Amino acid sequence: MEHIELFFKSIFIDNMVFATFLGMCSYLAVSKKVATAVGLGAAVIFVLAVTVPLNWLLDQYILKDGALVWLGPEYADYDLSFLSFIMFIATIATMVQLVEIIVEKFSPSLYNSLGIFLPLIAVNCAILGGSLFMQSREIPSLGLALTYGVGSGIGWFLAILAIAAIREKIRYSSVPPALRGLGITFIITGLMAIGFMSFGGMLTGGDEEVKPAVAPEVVIEKVQEKVEKEEIANNTKTIK
Amino acid sequence: MGLLSKRDAALLTDPLADNNPITIQVLGICSALAITAELKASIVMAVSVLFVLGLGNVVISLMRNIIPSKIRIIVQLIVVATLVIIVDLVLKAFAYELSKTLSVFVGLIITNCIIMGRFEAFALGNGPWRAFLDGIGNAVGYGVILIAVGFFRELLGSGTLLGFKVLGDPIEKTGLYAIGYENNGFMLLSPMALIVVGILIWIQRSRNTSLIEEN
Repeated sequence: MEHIELFFKSIFIDNMVFATFLGMCSYLAVSKKVATAVGLGAAVIFVLAVTVPLNWLLDQYILKDGALVWLGPEYADYDLSFLSFIMFIATIATMVQLVEIIVEKFSPSLYNSLGIFLPLIAVNCAILGGSLFMQSREIPSLGLALTYGVGSGIGWFLAILAIAAIREKIRYSSVPPALRGLGITFIITGLMAIGFMSFGGMLTGGDEEVKPAVAPEVVIEKVQEKVEKEEIANNTKTIK
Repeated sequence: MGLLSKRDAALLTDPLADNNPITIQVLGICSALAITAELKASIVMAVSVLFVLGLGNVVISLMRNIIPSKIRIIVQLIVVATLVIIVDLVLKAFAYELSKTLSVFVGLIITNCIIMGRFEAFALGNGPWRAFLDGIGNAVGYGVILIAVGFFRELLGSGTLLGFKVLGDPIEKTGLYAIGYENNGFMLLSPMALIVVGILIWIQRSRNTSLIEEN
């Protein structure tokens, strides 16, 4: 149950892009076409699913306060958590390189569609952010860390897919010249983030009895909006 | 200016407006948006980036001839990570409350695209002095946007600046509140950061039409 809860929480409520603004750079730079957005999104899911559990192990058995106790009782006082940035980023950079080599060797077709995005990902804040949030939210088990990684990856994937679909369509609208390109993308993302905020009521239902009636309706509306958005995305794909 | 040649001075001033890292180069957006609900956090973030980018650019530029190009990304990441650890520890020691507000975003300076972008685009091909100027220029350009966004969000959202109640007291109804002004709490929520940056971009491009993109 807690797996399912964390999974949906990391996709919708704590969405990487809309709630914490992680990975905005590649989100803005690579969202001009749906096809490339899908490639990058898939690569992000993949890398997050690998690095978050790996960094969880590192954190648990090497970095945390007293984590070295498995070496012997005299190591119980060590606290290496000041090294976590450097360890996490090194893990991520190495994993990305490793994944790139493995994928190139065993699945050239996947490499062709995913390959060019992999180097970009080492410096995508969503990846490091996933590991850092995993650490600061004190996720308790390896399984949950995996769930969190996959969930946040999917959340990021949904966000970039949606904005890419909208940007493909917006080419046919008349946007004020000074807002074209970057400006309008920012404002659309802001509006989408407002939409995503309404998911906040999804998991708290039952705990709070203060505002009973409003939340569910809003969520349903937003789910419909979401479905429409995905339909747009699908249509654009079939047109191609 | 006797100290700086014209070319060097351009390194400092270009990123402030026409080649701004956030609004034109689209680098380093994540942190610009996430921590700008208060002016104080924006200023601290801007100073941290100034430190990391200025120093990091110099270090990378000094090492540019000995870094093998295949592993340069890892080398760059290690340099940034080391500098960021220093910033993080200093913040934790001297401004603990603030470092809690910034939470993971100090760590995320490592993957702030401005830093990697400037390393790749500039520090790897130029001497340390020019790289230093470039780093400072870009960090200031970044900081200006950060502080502008932080200024408007804190002013309109909670009616304060750096914690001072500049618009009067909302509870005792003094100052602007006496004539019925209300704080717009929505400014403090994350979507408004995006919209404020969007509006800044709009203003900048209306003033300088050569920056307008094709649709």
